[in-house]
Amino acid sequence: MKTVQFREALREAMSEEMRSDERVFLMGEEVAEYNGAYKVSQGMLDEFGPKRIIDTPIAELGFAGIGVGAAMNGLRPIVEFMTWNFAILAADQIINSAAKMLQMSGGQYGCPIVFRGGNGTAGQLAATHSQSFEAFYAHVPGLKVITPSNPYDAKGLLKAAIRDEDPVVFLESEKMYGDKGEIPENEYIVPIGIADIKRSGSDVTIVSFGKIIKEAYKAAEELSKDGIECEIIDLRTIRPIDYNTVVESVKKTNRCVVLEESWPIASISSEIAYHVQRYAFDHLDAPVQRITQSDTPFAFSPPLIEEASPNAARLIQAVKEVAYA
Amino acid sequence: MATKTVSKPAKKKTTVKKSNGVAKPEFSKEQYLKWYEDMLVMRKIEEKAGQLYIQQKFGGFCHLYIGQEAVVAGTMSACEPGDKHITAYRDHAHPIGLGIHPKYMMAELYGKTTGMSKGKGGSMHMFHKDVNLMGGHGIVGAQIPMGAGIAFAEKYNETGNVCFCSFGDGAARQGALHETFNMAMMWSLPVVFIIENNNYAMGTSIARTTNVEDLADIGKSYHMKSETVDGMSVEAVHHAIADAAEYCRKGKGPVLLNIETYRYKGHSMSDPQKYRTKEEVEQYKAVDPIQQVLNTIKENKFATDAAVKKIQDKAKGIVEESVKFAEESPLPNREELYEDVYKQEDYPFVREYK
Ligand SMILES: Cc1ncc(C[n+]2csc(CCOP(=O)(O)OP(=O)(O)O)c2C)c(N)n1
Ligand SMILES: [Mg+2]
Repeated sequence: MKTVQFREALREAMSEEMRSDERVFLMGEEVAEYNGAYKVSQGMLDEFGPKRIIDTPIAELGFAGIGVGAAMNGLRPIVEFMTWNFAILAADQIINSAAKMLQMSGGQYGCPIVFRGGNGTAGQLAATHSQSFEAFYAHVPGLKVITPSNPYDAKGLLKAAIRDEDPVVFLESEKMYGDKGEIPENEYIVPIGIADIKRSGSDVTIVSFGKIIKEAYKAAEELSKDGIECEIIDLRTIRPIDYNTVVESVKKTNRCVVLEESWPIASISSEIAYHVQRYAFDHLDAPVQRITQSDTPFAFSPPLIEEASPNAARLIQAVKEVAYA
Repeated sequence: MATKTVSKPAKKKTTVKKSNGVAKPEFSKEQYLKWYEDMLVMRKIEEKAGQLYIQQKFGGFCHLYIGQEAVVAGTMSACEPGDKHITAYRDHAHPIGLGIHPKYMMAELYGKTTGMSKGKGGSMHMFHKDVNLMGGHGIVGAQIPMGAGIAFAEKYNETGNVCFCSFGDGAARQGALHETFNMAMMWSLPVVFIIENNNYAMGTSIARTTNVEDLADIGKSYHMKSETVDGMSVEAVHHAIADAAEYCRKGKGPVLLNIETYRYKGHSMSDPQKYRTKEEVEQYKAVDPIQQVLNTIKENKFATDAAVKKIQDKAKGIVEESVKFAEESPLPNREELYEDVYKQEDYPFVREYK
């Protein structure tokens, strides 16, 4: 094993896949000469050259569409968005083109493409720069959606995403790029669509994903001191969701709290809560609860951020409520 | 602020035609006969599709290509087999031009399993991998960046192939076009952007949506080689496409062709056409692209009247065969819905009922 930063894990995934598959290339704003806005692609231009590491103008819709066309025509693009907030401008190509190509063409043209970049809040960046898009893209059949929470998962899942024949939305975080973690020296893959139990426990199931899961780790430590043992499930893939791992855990703990970085309405937490009540109803000892971001745009000033953000303290309270502790 | 309140009349056509037959034919007898047959099949199948639509034989939208046939015919005669094609939702004629029997297009209109996209795309989404027809796209202008991306892959793989990317004059208003033109020029992509310029986006004329009424100027503003072409003349289209393709194949970059054509029918099947006059439509019918080719054939005695009649009968037969094929083909089994959404064979769809 070796210790790497999250950004290095992503870079290793891309570089390894580019070494083994000529069809893979990376395009996006500042990915080449600037070495990446968040230094994910640092050094890749030197290794792979300008044919395969391509700086684009600030034209998300255009270069996303060029990526889609290239994918339809046999290449395997990795399209980096500086952050997913800006990919809103490319939503037409992601949702209307990439996600639907295989069906609309009656199976003739697929779209093996990875759209990736930073997702979620990243400090005092205010409303337009602080959004999480898991639910947004998970809503769309035809896409696969991945949100890793540590370097190990990030590398293994990104490699799986690049090899996947279907279009993948890969959600990272500016706040995680510097996170360190252990990864194997040798090549490995983390398969898409399988959740990971990050902590075992018998009392309450906490379902989470992405960088906010760190609040769950904190909460679980605190709760353990009070004798409440949480099982933390990291979904890792948001489409398809590994419902089974969640339902099996809830059958054991009889309690479930979902922790999500984004807004409450039509969210992944509402989806999980539906599924748990539908398929583990008889096992529930308490209503499913959730901690999400406030139902507001994300504002600038620190107290407003604190009010908006899901955190360990709120999660602890919810866990205690479902545990009647 | 200066706003245009009065709609300008449609642009004047430069096409005053040479149907007096003095001009020496530029192409072979075989080429003219092929153009005639292909364009006639396009025309007749579209007329039939329109009738069947009114009879409610199938649903959805139905955008007919009638009047615009020379654009596809001249493009397809000038392209190479490895070239790629992508277009908008007005896409019934493109597969025919590429040599696909129209019965597969007709079956797609009917939503049948034998359709070009297995009945999953319908009128607006015709695809055929064998001839590199990469759609049929329903979002106005979405195929512009995709077309550049297709060309990007050809350049990446150094194939020498070109992508022909067609869209309407209305699509030329989309931001995606500007982003794409800029990148296609920066990266010298081998893509020919074809504006199937019929002067209207539904009921809105070019003059009502832009001050830049010569659409070739859009390309020029990106320093793109840009040209306006008489789209009622299949020869003119062929020449323009051949030149543009050669330019692309030499690695010189993209080309914009503003091909001026006209649709005789409404935008779709529910268009009262209040935005134009009958006279205007007649003006274009007077330079009908199919009639022009037929005139050339007759004037040069490329075919006897009997031989022409034979082509006409053949076209009629193809149309009848296509309708029969479409009507007799099976509708998809409901479980088909879960196929072709993902390449992954065992994708775990959320299914609450079966
Ligand atoms: C993004 C988008 N906006 C609006 C529409 C609805 N729409 C369909 S066709 C059309 C007109 C397009 O005209 P043009 O590009 O000139 O093509 P033509 O129909 O003349 O071939 C419109 C507005 C659409 N399909 N997609
Ligand atoms: Mg038009």
